[in-house]
Amino acid sequence: MTSEKSLENQSHSAFYWYRRGAAGIISVPACILMAAFVGFAGLARESGIALPEAIFMTATVWALPSMVVLVGAISAGAPLLATAIAVALSAVRLMPMAVALMPVLRGEKTPRWQLLLLSHFVAVTSWVFAMVRLPELPREARVPFYAGFSMTLTVVNICVTAAAYVLIGTLPILLTAGLFLLTPVYFLLSLWAASKLASDKLAMVLGLALGPLFYLWLPGLDLLWTGLLGGTVAYAAMRLKRRGI
Amino acid sequence: MSGGVETFGWLWPYLVILIAGWLPTDIWRFLGVILAGKLKEDSEILVWVRAVATALVAGVIARLLLFPAGALAESPLSLRIAAVAVGFVVFKLARERVLVGIAAAEVVLIGGWYLMGGLSAG
Repeated sequence: MTSEKSLENQSHSAFYWYRRGAAGIISVPACILMAAFVGFAGLARESGIALPEAIFMTATVWALPSMVVLVGAISAGAPLLATAIAVALSAVRLMPMAVALMPVLRGEKTPRWQLLLLSHFVAVTSWVFAMVRLPELPREARVPFYAGFSMTLTVVNICVTAAAYVLIGTLPILLTAGLFLLTPVYFLLSLWAASKLASDKLAMVLGLALGPLFYLWLPGLDLLWTGLLGGTVAYAAMRLKRRGI
Repeated sequence: MSGGVETFGWLWPYLVILIAGWLPTDIWRFLGVILAGKLKEDSEILVWVRAVATALVAGVIARLLLFPAGALAESPLSLRIAAVAVGFVVFKLARERVLVGIAAAEVVLIGGWYLMGGLSAG
């Protein structure tokens, strides 16, 4: 092993930075996310999703809003294509997040396949963490640091999903209700905090109002219509305002 | 989505998750990697796309609160709305700290329901 001869950051191994990133699991955003995954496990269980399926969702989808959409659609018996479209619409925000992360994350010689692999772990929590922490680190530290944090976060939350799924049936109803409240409140507050543009905030308000209406009028396709109508109206309103109307 | 069970057996739920869950999420992430540098974060199409995604997730939030599953469905609707409203106000007062807002909402829901006799309902 290398000795402590150098004080420069550059001399640290990739594994050192990986471990530094993994240590980020002990942080407020990581703890909030774990609590939200407890809520997800409860939702999956109540919706008739089996434990291995819930674990598989956490590992492959890894975006809590999309997972909640997926669980809702499966338990409502929505058609496969409508489910995929609703999930795709709920996940669209991952693209601009990945676009914004890449110039911060990549080093001069980072191969494309590493970036594609790491992009799977892009979700609100790891993205905010990365955008705050990575710019302080030397270039060559960023890929291993992000890999350490995001992979640890995913593996820990897979364990949280499994443990919560098993334990949640044994808790008193007050506590269970409290856990179920975590997911919507976490979404509401983190989405609000993350939306910088007026159009995003208007879209949130419209979505909150339209969601229940479409749920009652057009069950199955309600999220598609909520997103398309609420988002387009919010975007159009912002463009009109920009023109000074 | 039950038609595939006969053809694929126990694998079917996992295929559904891959087709309707993994593919439509990771495709955006991969596209983001490929488009990075070519697409500006503030381009018009991305602003619209983000507004649509935001409205859709807000719809999910409203659904989880108004038509919840499981234990939360047993709690009074007015209490759930009060909990989220208080949580949001406290979150704004605490300079948009998410954890503080969540704690406030939980206190209102669990404390309020306990005072209303929710414990005996369980």
